[in-house]
Amino acid sequence: MFGAASLVALALAATPAHAFVAYVSNEKSNTVSVIDTDSWTVTKTIKVGQRPRGIEFTRDGKFVMVAVGDDDTIQLIDANKQTVVDTLPSGPDPELFTQDAAGKTLYVANENDNTVTVIDLEKRARLGDIQVGVEPEGMTISPDGKTLINTSETTNMAHFIDTASRQIVANVLVDARPRFAEYKHDASELWVSSEIGGSVSIVDPGKHAVIGKVTFEIPGLRKEAIQPVGIGMTKDDKTAFVALGPANRIAVVDTATRKVTKYLLVGQRVWHMAFTPDEKYLLTTNGVSNDVSVIDVAAQKVIKSIQVGELPWGITIAPGIAPGIAR
Amino acid sequence: MSSITTRDAPRGFTASEYMTCLTGIVWREGLRFLHQRERFVSALVRPLVWLFIFAAGFRQVLGISIIPPYETYILYEVFIAPGLMAMIQLFNGMQSSLSMVYDREMGNMRTLLVSPLPRGFLLFCKLLAGTAVSLLQVYAFLIIAWFWDITPPLIGYLTVLPALILSGLMLGSLGMLISSGIKQLENFAGVMNFVIFPMFFASSALYPLWRVQEGSPYLYYVCQANPFTHAVELIRFALYGQINWVSLAVVAGCTIVFMIAAIYAYDPSRGLARRGPAGGEA
Repeated sequence: MFGAASLVALALAATPAHAFVAYVSNEKSNTVSVIDTDSWTVTKTIKVGQRPRGIEFTRDGKFVMVAVGDDDTIQLIDANKQTVVDTLPSGPDPELFTQDAAGKTLYVANENDNTVTVIDLEKRARLGDIQVGVEPEGMTISPDGKTLINTSETTNMAHFIDTASRQIVANVLVDARPRFAEYKHDASELWVSSEIGGSVSIVDPGKHAVIGKVTFEIPGLRKEAIQPVGIGMTKDDKTAFVALGPANRIAVVDTATRKVTKYLLVGQRVWHMAFTPDEKYLLTTNGVSNDVSVIDVAAQKVIKSIQVGELPWGITIAPGIAPGIAR
Repeated sequence: MSSITTRDAPRGFTASEYMTCLTGIVWREGLRFLHQRERFVSALVRPLVWLFIFAAGFRQVLGISIIPPYETYILYEVFIAPGLMAMIQLFNGMQSSLSMVYDREMGNMRTLLVSPLPRGFLLFCKLLAGTAVSLLQVYAFLIIAWFWDITPPLIGYLTVLPALILSGLMLGSLGMLISSGIKQLENFAGVMNFVIFPMFFASSALYPLWRVQEGSPYLYYVCQANPFTHAVELIRFALYGQINWVSLAVVAGCTIVFMIAAIYAYDPSRGLARRGPAGGEA
């Protein structure tokens, strides 16, 4: 047995290092947990403003932006110092945001104000606001940077906004309470999750029309417990992962057939997710069980769950090997 | 190497003679097992019924807390798999001692015990043979379980082997000890119910012990004192490439105690089938 145990130890030691750094916003404890993806441990907990939710690295990997809704601002965490160093001027109650491919412009959904704020990331200055539907939340930008998508939870729409004119060019009605939007990398489809509707609507971005839907069914679970929120798309656009909230599962969806191929059990009320840059792992935030689950993407298996702060909400992973190193 | 005195001349035995004896007994047990196809099928059907039917109903029960050796949330069927592996060994241990009662009734036992080799060695061979049979059953179960999404790490299939051998020996020697006190086959069915079911249910095979503790602290202590619980935990940890030292110590200790007691109880000078002072030497 001891021989076998040392064999295991050897196998573990031989695993190559893939140290990325993940930042997790803990909505209730007002902190950000820093996870080392080599040891899978929390290496630091950073005190931030009140109700941190949306969180994302700047494109150069130098800063982490975190929307602290109850402080009506976005804080900037220096990835090297691992402390809050500055703020960005959002509207009231910022929740989720997205940035263009160059990392120059930031678009912030302000949940209580029915607006999207446009911020110049270099000057850290507000450029203007765009009026959208009630309770804006989901934010994403088309790969060519020309179209900004915002979903509004109460209006049940995905708004298509022209980034040059900052005008809404189309509204697409989706199922109840759209939470999150994600483009395919080839821009051929836009996926929008509906929390109450319990589905993911697939929108043709050219025609501005829903062309398909992904539905979910888990034996033994009530339909109301299945609440799709976060979506993660692999770089080859072949597989999508959808967080199902209180169903405590991540659905693995074949994007060709638009059918669920597998359900992966994670922690309670799974919300958002992020891939490591090498796409080996997918990390999910589990709000109620206060942990982050790690999914081996190739094996489609949950390999570990790591305790973080209270009510983990969003997650972002540094684009490079160590913090501060650009892609 | 110990020796016994025969009528002709006192002499020791060579290692090859021991091996001949060992392979003979293991071979006979293996043949018997292969010829009893129903036994193999029933040994597999029993845990599979638990896995496919019982666990299906309790699917949502777990997944609410992480307990070692697991590193994330698991479905109920993943949790009970090690318990069912131990159950296979428990039934097998009792069944091979049942075969000893049968041997004794049919007179085959006499053939075995007139062998000049030390009795302790003969009984140990018998135990090893029974354990080997249980290994076949457990690995067959694991193969089927794989298709039911019970997929421990590949290395786990190797690391679980020593744990299975040890727990198989413990449960086998317990069965042997019990069978030494039984005169007839008919009595054994009752003992099966009095031994197997309490051991199986008052253990961590079907539910984690923290759950039991919530329900009844006393039952929790009973479960903790149950060697079967430790066999289950030893297998559970080994299946994930880890060692549960407490369980290892308990299972190893119990194996030694049960084995010595069984050998003592089978000593004809104290009366083969008499309810001897079992465990007296331990």
